[in-house]
Formats: sequence, structure tokens, C-alpha cells
Amino acid sequence: MNALKKCLGIVWIGLALLCGYYGITALGLPKLTSGHTEDLVFGIIIVFILMPIIVGGLLTFGYYALTGEYEK
Amino acid sequence: MVTDPQTAQPTSTRSLISIIGASSLGTLIEWYDFYIFGSLATVLATKFFPETNPTAAFLSTLATFAAGFVVRPFGALFFGRLGDMIGRKYTFMVTLLLMGGATFAIGLIPSYATIGFMAPLLVLVLRLLQGLALGGEYGGAATYVAEHAPASRRGFWTSWIQITATAGLFISLIVILITRTVMSPEAFDDWGWRVPFWLSIIMVFVSYLIRRNMHESPLFAKAKAEGKTSANPLKDSLGNKYNFKFVLLALFGATMGQGVVWYTGQFYAMSFIKTVCNVDALQSDQLMSVALLMGTPFFVFFGWLSDKIGRKYIMMFGMLVAILSYRPIYERMYQTTNLANKQEIPANLTVETVVVANPDVVGGSITTKTTTHHYADGTQLAEVIKEKTGPGSTTGTLPPTIKKTVKLNDADRWTLIWLVFIQVIFVTLVYGPIAAFLVEMFPVNIRYTSMSLPYHIGNGVFGGLLPAVATYLAIQAKTANTTAEAAGAALPFTAPYLEGLWYPIIVAGVSFVIGMVYISNRKLVNE
Repeated sequence: MNALKKCLGIVWIGLALLCGYYGITALGLPKLTSGHTEDLVFGIIIVFILMPIIVGGLLTFGYYALTGEYEK
Repeated sequence: MVTDPQTAQPTSTRSLISIIGASSLGTLIEWYDFYIFGSLATVLATKFFPETNPTAAFLSTLATFAAGFVVRPFGALFFGRLGDMIGRKYTFMVTLLLMGGATFAIGLIPSYATIGFMAPLLVLVLRLLQGLALGGEYGGAATYVAEHAPASRRGFWTSWIQITATAGLFISLIVILITRTVMSPEAFDDWGWRVPFWLSIIMVFVSYLIRRNMHESPLFAKAKAEGKTSANPLKDSLGNKYNFKFVLLALFGATMGQGVVWYTGQFYAMSFIKTVCNVDALQSDQLMSVALLMGTPFFVFFGWLSDKIGRKYIMMFGMLVAILSYRPIYERMYQTTNLANKQEIPANLTVETVVVANPDVVGGSITTKTTTHHYADGTQLAEVIKEKTGPGSTTGTLPPTIKKTVKLNDADRWTLIWLVFIQVIFVTLVYGPIAAFLVEMFPVNIRYTSMSLPYHIGNGVFGGLLPAVATYLAIQAKTANTTAEAAGAALPFTAPYLEGLWYPIIVAGVSFVIGMVYISNRKLVNE
């Protein structure tokens, strides 16, 4: 189980980068540039709140997993 | 059994019931205060956020999003820190008064027509205070109850706190319903909408009186007496690698998945029934209420069960069945209300046209044409076309608005109730045990801060964004189908109305894998 926990660390890091890329390019930026007020607030929250939490959080979580912090 | 250092007596079941009652009442009122704003959003928009003013419209969106998503985690940090330094009791007393005061004050603000731009600005500030207070309340109440409860029954006792979110939504709807019933629509629109806000101050005062006589949590009081409380909970919680890794684990392995399951089962289901299935608003509210009522006792059941078999497997089972069954459930909901599956009785078709004067245009009129289709199984479809015309004009000066409303027969109504009930069961599986799970993950000295943050990010940010993200995905799929259809190509999505479900499915899926691999099923980590 400890080996699996470590290996999955790479998956979480990859997932963080993937979410960051698609979250900003496919979800955040189109909303920010749509010109609608409602979209602007939604875009700001995606780019400046949700993405930092997902990317930063998952990267750190993945790093901790990879370095064995979650081993028993 | 936990011993209360202030009385040197174990906390008896009777004391626990009064502690639960006082804590739950306050938390319930806070949820009531928070939801009353959303439940009256349509009225508030006309009073404070006129669509004709883009700045006011911007503030409206900000008030809706910011309070729920951005401010709640900050409230968790701010009040969590206080709670870990000066105590749980005083902190969640402050959050209660802050929430009650802000809610009451919203009911006092003059409308946009009276004081102009200050009106939406004041509402925004008060709404932010509401979000801040809510961020601090839940962690305090859950921690307070858990620290009074015997370790072997924490799941059961804290599950009563878990009911309050659903109950708060209920009470807000009931108060609004009663207020609407006892006065004319004009009076409600004029000043009656303020009553639910004013009522908050009475409820908060009662809750304050009850909470005032409560003792500090025994575990916190003991830690304080021994000088073991944290001088800097934020640093000890988030700056300490050992503890921070558990904050991340709680977020990604539990609260993130719980948040999306909670919002899908209670809010997205309601939105789907109203906007995608076009079910009549009153019928939607009624069937949602019945499903929620039927499901609510299961919060306590799964909290109790988590004391017997552990928290992890109950929460993970909830996420797994939700992931696997969301698409079939929503497909069934859609097909139950899909009129293409029903046989119309053309002979029963009725058309009614009403023309009234347009109060906004001198000499103008508003024509409302209602066409009612009847189906063999008792379902009705009302198509309402509203057209505003100017003086002397025979064609509409604005595009007509078209609204379709489906009234279901009893059998279909019960099918939807059961389908929503199943989703509420998923909610109770993931949400019932989570307070005890979070409390046990962190030590007493930094518990309030550490458990509040992942809860409010998971529930507020990941869950709160669900309606917006899911709707966005469904609209994208629908647009892609329309484009393909125009180009004569094959449709890329067979069921575009289900595409929004990918957000909760993926988020809960990731949370499920992380939870299964990294979280332990041991019932107790920290006293």
C-alpha cells in the first residue's frame, strides 16, 4: 500500500497540471473574455480561487505522497 | 465518557442533549440566515440590484458568489484561529451574533430606488459578513459537540449538527411561504419580504440566551488549564508540515467529494427538475421538500453507524454509489418528464389569450397567450408566450418570452421524489459522519482552524461552484450539438443535458480514490 501511495503521488501532480491547463484555457479565460458581467465574476473565481486551490493543493498533496509523508 | 473539568462530572446523556440542542439551534439559525438571501434572491434583485444598472448587477453576482465561495474559508481561518485561542463557546457565540445582526440589517436597508448605489453596496458588505460568520460557525459547533461527546459516540452526536444545513433551508422556505400566505402579493413585494430577515434577530436572541449558559468544551478547557493551547493556530495548523498534510488529505480525500455530492443531491437536482425538465416551480419545491424530509433521518443513522464500523467506508460508499448512479438517475428523471414519451390528447388542447395595458409604455399592451396541452397519463404542458407591444404597433417591440411548464401526474411526481430521495441518501452517507471524521483528524489545540478550512473549501468552493460549472458544461454540449446539426454532421452528444454531471462525477471520483488509498478507517486518531 505504501508503494501505491507513493506512485499515485505522480498521478496527483500530473492531474494538478492538467486541471490547471484546462481549467484556465477551457473554462477560466473564455469566461473572463466573454464580456458578460456574470461570466466575469465566474471567470475570476475559476482563475484566481478554484485553480490555485486545485493546482497548488494537488501539487503539494502529490509531492507529499511521492516523498512518503502518508506512509503509515 | 468525557469529563467536564468545570464540573468534574462526566457529561451525561441529558447534558449532551441540551448541548446538542443549543449548538444545533444556533447552527440551524445561521443556515437559515444564509439561505434566506438565496431564497429571496428574485425579490432582492428587484429591490437592490436593478438589471438596468451594470454595476449593481455586478455587485449582485459578487454577493451571490463571493459570500459562498471566497469568504467562507476566510471565516473558517479567522474564527477558527479565535476558537483555538480563546475557546469554542465564545467564538461561535460571536459568529451567531454577527450572522444574526447582518441578516437583520439586510432587512432594514432602503431600496435602490431610495438611496441609490449605497443600497447594493450595503447588501454586498452584509452578505460578506454572513459568509464570514458561516465560515466560523460550523467548525465551532461541530468541535464543541464532538468534544463533549464520548469518543465512541461522536458520529451519532455530531450528526445532529449535520442535519442543520438541510433544516435551515427548510425553515427559510417555510417562513417565506407563511409570510407570502398571510399578506397580499403587493404587500409582500412592498415590505413583506423584509419579515424573514427581521425574524432572524428574534431567533438569534433566543439562541444566544440558550448558548450563554453553556460551559466551554471540556477538552478545550482541559487543554487551556494545562497550558496546551496553541499561541498561533494558523502557523501550527497550516505552517506545520505534519498537520498541513492532513488538512490536504481532509480536503481532497473527503470534503471535496462530500461537497459535490451534497450540492448535486440538493441543489443541482432541484435546478435540473425546474430548468431542464421544466416542472412547475411549486410542484418542484413540494417534491424536493418531501424527498428531503424522507432522507433527513439518515444523517443520524449514518452518523450512528460510523461509530460502529468507522467513518471512512460509509463516506466512500456514498461517493462510489453517487459516481456510478448519477447518470442513470438523471436520465430517468429526464425521461420521466419527457413529453416525447407521452401521448397527447389533441381534443383537450386549450388556448387562452389575455391582453392588459403595459404599465411601462404609454398606450402599450402585454399579450399573454397560454396554450395547455393535455396528455393521456394526466400530465399537462402549459406554454406561455408573453409579448409586449408599443402603441399602434401590431408586432412585438421586444422578442416575446416563451415559458414552458410541465405539471406532472401523481405517479411521475413520486418517481421524481424517489429519484431525489436516493440522491439525498448519498448526501447523508457522505455528510452524516464527516463532522466526527474531521474532528478526530486533528488535535484539540488546532482543531477548530484545521477542520474548518478543508470543510469550507470542499463544501463552499468545490460544492458551491457545482451549479455554475455543471450548467456551463451542459450548455457547451448543447451548443456543440446545435452547431453540428446546422452543419449536417453527427451529433457529438447523445444526452447533452447529462454533461453537467461530469463535474461531480470526476471530483467525487478523485476524492474517492484519494480517500480509499490514503485515509485510515480507524475510528479515533485524536481525543
